[in-house]
Amino acid sequence: MPETLSGAQIAIRLLERQGIRTVAGIPGGAILPIYDALSQSALIRHVLARHEQGAGFMAQGMARVSGQPAVCLASSGPGATNLLTALADAKLDSIPLVAITGQVPRAMIGTDAFQEVDTYGLSIPITKHNFLVSSAEELLAVIPRAFAIAASGRPGPVLVDIPKDVQSQIIEVDAWPEPGAPRPAPAANGELLAQAATMIDEAARPILYLGGGVVHSGAAGLAVQLAEKANLPTVMTLMALGAMPVDHPLSLGMLGMHGARSTNLALDECDLLVAVGARFDDRATGKVAQFCPRARIIHIDIDPAELGKIKTAHIAIAGDVGEALGRLLPAVHAGERGPWRRRVAELQARWPFQMPDVDNPRSHFGLIQTVAACLDRDAVIATDVGQHQMWVAQAYPLRRPRQWLTSGGLGSMGFGVPAAIGAALAEPDRTVVCFTGDGSILMNIQELVTAAEEGVNLKIILLDNASLGLVHQQQTLFYGERIYASRFQVSPHWTTVAEGFGIAAVDLDHAANPCAALMDALSRRGPCLIHASIDVDQKVYPMVPPGAANREMIGA
Amino acid sequence: MNAHSREESRALARAVLEIDVNNHPGVMSHVVGLFSRRAYNVEGILCLPVGDGTASRIWLLVNEDVRLPQMMKQAEKLEDVIAIRRHGADHAVFERLEEFFRR
Repeated sequence: MPETLSGAQIAIRLLERQGIRTVAGIPGGAILPIYDALSQSALIRHVLARHEQGAGFMAQGMARVSGQPAVCLASSGPGATNLLTALADAKLDSIPLVAITGQVPRAMIGTDAFQEVDTYGLSIPITKHNFLVSSAEELLAVIPRAFAIAASGRPGPVLVDIPKDVQSQIIEVDAWPEPGAPRPAPAANGELLAQAATMIDEAARPILYLGGGVVHSGAAGLAVQLAEKANLPTVMTLMALGAMPVDHPLSLGMLGMHGARSTNLALDECDLLVAVGARFDDRATGKVAQFCPRARIIHIDIDPAELGKIKTAHIAIAGDVGEALGRLLPAVHAGERGPWRRRVAELQARWPFQMPDVDNPRSHFGLIQTVAACLDRDAVIATDVGQHQMWVAQAYPLRRPRQWLTSGGLGSMGFGVPAAIGAALAEPDRTVVCFTGDGSILMNIQELVTAAEEGVNLKIILLDNASLGLVHQQQTLFYGERIYASRFQVSPHWTTVAEGFGIAAVDLDHAANPCAALMDALSRRGPCLIHASIDVDQKVYPMVPPGAANREMIGA
Repeated sequence: MNAHSREESRALARAVLEIDVNNHPGVMSHVVGLFSRRAYNVEGILCLPVGDGTASRIWLLVNEDVRLPQMMKQAEKLEDVIAIRRHGADHAVFERLEEFFRR
């Protein structure tokens, strides 16, 4: 029985059929037909963000905790341009998103119409793919395809720009397309996997190097099994934290610019690096020519363009890392690697990771550890971008893939609060914690009222040093202590701000017993801002100076 | 180095890419955007539909560069790129065009 539907109704039906149940967005003139159709949906709940970037990051939060593509909506012009940072962020961290934007009617495209911008052109370099839809009929192919592209291979954001007249165009729909599903990646080359197994067996000082691809592929369990079977000390990128529990005996935690010194020194000595779903990012490798200088390299990645991009691997394997690890695991022989494990332990004993003042819950590390002590592995931990992000990456006991949401590649301040709201919307039974800084939170502060409106179970821990901490740190260390434009002369009254936006607030600065106040705030349901002043002179240590090799760390 | 040998070395240092793509507005932007964002100059571009017009072929004349293999991998990843092939600078496609570009 053919149905007579508008393009907007078709778009919403296709989202429903795709299994989408929550979308985040902001309406505006050019997307009103879609909002009108959305208002009639019994299946999809719309969360009204207060800025389109917030909507984009909320969708990211949903996608990061679930692994499934999530949807954000925006109108044309400024609505679309406001989304761009969230799309670029999703591209760099390989997060599956489908962004739907309204566009001016087809007849007005190219006339500098009100709220017209070349959304298609703007989004080319920051999406995995994008579409400008030219008819309602085309939506039946484009929307399922957008989901398939977002979720296939290396995930990423897809933008669908729909002119207003296409949204209003009425057509007859005879049959619905199958929902878009991820296409399986081509199988990894068996001969190369066999060679990789031999190379691992023969290595005396191997290290397993896990990247975000391990999380995206759902391969964390297999990666841990491989590490255990072959006794591979394991490092993780910022994106992979949680893939192996940090307190696993084989875990060396995060590598790179702010990794533990012993971790980077172990990499310096390794004779084989097994890179899985990692892309040799500059923050992980330091000076590339001196990264793992003694090592042969096995590189497994679903994106063939990553193989050989930064480092030439001795064995480069294109494929889904889960599939590849599943076949590599039985081919690798169990190994003791006593001398190497002892050498790594020696490095860790010689260079223990320093957490100064950790017993004081008013210090940065003390606060992070106290929060961790109040929660279990079910909690979701989001961060913004800056010093607090690195301290949490260093010190929080992350133990589960998809527990950790952070803006890695793009490093977008303002990511934390909306991404955490998205996570809380997708997984309402969990406690979601967002560590943020006083610089970052202001970049999407308006979403506090969204948190209030939705009543999400979100605890925002604001580490306040009244400055842009990482800038302050670099100016102190590398720019002759010329502190410029990184100290805030005036700071908001944070608890008043939070309460003004309609969420509870606790100031640990004024709490007689900060541990008790923190525990109390974390155990109450609903959104809450927890403010704590910290020392501006605290640095993220150790640190690889920009451009230096990872062995040349300063501090701690 | 005289003019002739400079010309020769320039010819040696070029490559021709043949790219089969889906034919719709925007494909050219996707392809050349990969080059422009890397400040990688495209010396020559040719594009015409092939067959029934659902697909096009783009010919690019580019400078030989260590980044070229990576560029090709990135181009291959584009949804609308069907296939990409690399030829030497002596490929006939641009040579025959030269007469249209005399001053």
